[in-house]
Amino acid sequence: MRRCLLAGTASWLAAAWLAAATPAAAFIAYVSNEKGNTVSVIDTDNWAVTKTIKVGQRPRGIDFTRDGKFVLVAVGDDDTIQVIDAATQQVVDTLPSGPDPELFVQDAAGKVLYVANENDNTVTVIDLEKRVRIGDVQVGVEPEGMAISPDGKILINTSETTNMAHFIDTATRQIVANVLVDARPRFAEFKRDGSELWVSSEIGGTVSIIDPAKREVTGKITFSIPGMRREAIQPVGIGMTKDGKTAFIALGPANRIAIVDGASHQVTKYLLVGQRVWHMAFTPDEKYLLVTNGVSNDVSIIDVVAQKVIKTIQVGELPWGIAIAQP
Amino acid sequence: MIRLFVGAIGLGVLATSALAADPVEIGIGYLHRAGVKPTLSLVEQPAENDGLAGARLAIEDNNTTGKFLNQHFALEELRLKDGDDAARAAVALADRKIGFIIADLPADALLKAADAVRDRGTVLFNAGAIDDRLREEDCRANVIHAAPTRSMLADGLAQYLVWKQWKRWMLVVGSHEEDKLFAEALRRAASRFGAKIVQERVFEDSGGARRTDSGVTLIQRQMPVFTQQAPAYDVLVAADESEVFAPYLPYRTWDPRPVAGSAGLVPKSWDAAQDQWGAVQMQNRFLKLNSRHMTALDMQAWTAARMIGEAVTRKNSGDPKSVLDFLKGPDFSIAAFKGQRLTLRDWNLQLRQPILLADGRMIVSVSPQEGFLHQVSELDTLGLDRPETKCKLH
Repeated sequence: MRRCLLAGTASWLAAAWLAAATPAAAFIAYVSNEKGNTVSVIDTDNWAVTKTIKVGQRPRGIDFTRDGKFVLVAVGDDDTIQVIDAATQQVVDTLPSGPDPELFVQDAAGKVLYVANENDNTVTVIDLEKRVRIGDVQVGVEPEGMAISPDGKILINTSETTNMAHFIDTATRQIVANVLVDARPRFAEFKRDGSELWVSSEIGGTVSIIDPAKREVTGKITFSIPGMRREAIQPVGIGMTKDGKTAFIALGPANRIAIVDGASHQVTKYLLVGQRVWHMAFTPDEKYLLVTNGVSNDVSIIDVVAQKVIKTIQVGELPWGIAIAQP
Repeated sequence: MIRLFVGAIGLGVLATSALAADPVEIGIGYLHRAGVKPTLSLVEQPAENDGLAGARLAIEDNNTTGKFLNQHFALEELRLKDGDDAARAAVALADRKIGFIIADLPADALLKAADAVRDRGTVLFNAGAIDDRLREEDCRANVIHAAPTRSMLADGLAQYLVWKQWKRWMLVVGSHEEDKLFAEALRRAASRFGAKIVQERVFEDSGGARRTDSGVTLIQRQMPVFTQQAPAYDVLVAADESEVFAPYLPYRTWDPRPVAGSAGLVPKSWDAAQDQWGAVQMQNRFLKLNSRHMTALDMQAWTAARMIGEAVTRKNSGDPKSVLDFLKGPDFSIAAFKGQRLTLRDWNLQLRQPILLADGRMIVSVSPQEGFLHQVSELDTLGLDRPETKCKLH
């Protein structure tokens, strides 16, 4: 974090030299361990776990607040979201989410938090400054994936048993459109320019490309791995580079990350990672992508440019989500 | 009352989509068999609404989706009494413009009901009968099977026992017809997957009360004696669908051996202990609605009603023919909290599904087991496969 700020003040050349000379700029990654009830803290300088924080029951969705000061982690079985102080690396507060929070997303200003509550078909709206619940939106059965459009106007929620991406107007908190996708949609991600919305369907085995203006599916990414049965290919987490040119898709029990061309939507490569690969996060410089492997209890580090797995780090039991502070 | 309250909260949502036109109404019938099967274990005694409760939950799930698409699902329940004619009941439902019937009926009654409404275009979903013949020589073009077959259950168990290297089985078979059918499926599974039945014994049902005040004392003497002098074996496999003796076997065998089949490690489509792959949400929703745990029959009925919902959603039509065509086609799959998509075997309309192995408290394993390979789907290592089928759909 500090190293990155320094690099920012240095000249471009100096920064490039620094990056080349050291294996990694130091960032801090937080990994939620669903079964371990812990959060592992990884230092990306030496790729090592520096701390394990005890949290509530069944931690899954995890993210930094926009100011980088706090880490929010949804602890579903405790029906709340815990707030970890990034400076002291301790749980300092809780947020009033609905029952069984799983994934959440913030608005650009970091003032409003939208939480998918799996157990009661709602999206809960929380004021992050006052830390109070300010509203609910009724959605489909088992809400899960959450995304917010780059212009902040549309909130996306996917519901796993209803198999839809719900488009919610953030001003009125009303559903304005519902787009059917394949079975068990888990994760939603916008391209930074707002031109496409990608939704992964775990059981359907596809990623739907949705035109956010027309609000309809315009294409589907499919996967095929020689020797791998079709049912084992279960896309979940999605990570896209800021330029929208390259996407990485976690394929769950297929133990692979698919690398997808952002323009053609074709898979260009499969990377073998750990078992039941789930979610992912880029380092802010986009040099590395960290992915969580639930069944093998580790995190794989992918060199984004070389498109290679360079290292594996053991973390807690059943790693699920991951967040890295953006400077 | 609760429903109304939820409706009021959801009004904003409804206003944007549902008030444009009258919703598409989809009526689903639910036909129960007469009576409830008595069990040896008091805690396993099925509830009055066993199965129906699962269908009700699926209707709620379908309606949550339906409110976004202007579709409404309703369940019509019809419980047969002893001696009632299943065919007449099915016709009565068809007369009420019900295009889909979820059936929890014995094999013969199911066939009668299906044949009685075949010309009406009604599609039946078999939620309760595991007989292989309904998918083989007695298959019907208007019956979709959400329940697994005996051979799927037997194969799911056998794969695990073989994986565990418990390959020498002592098979104990009850004296009723369905016990013999299950034994037949277990013999087939043993020979397919490389287990050996070292001996078979028959446990005769001599009648008598299932519960007596001094029951345990007697059973504790009976069961060791019944299982003594067996050749060397790894696991006792019991075929006792009639619930006469199998639940008495664990901890009472002459040799200290695990029990599987109708007691001990039991193969089933669902269990209240299943908590993987998002199943906890399902178990929670079920518990909230019904104040009890979810059984295999509940799950089979839930899956049947969800299959209808899925097809109606995708085709945007409640027409039974359109639903049937979609379910038979290549685009159909359904998520049912078993870690992978479930699809239909197009040659006999059987739903492919993993088989859970439960010990009464926990899920011990889920079949197909790793290493049992198949050229089309590993789920087709469970049960009779396409090349062996006797089904001719018309």
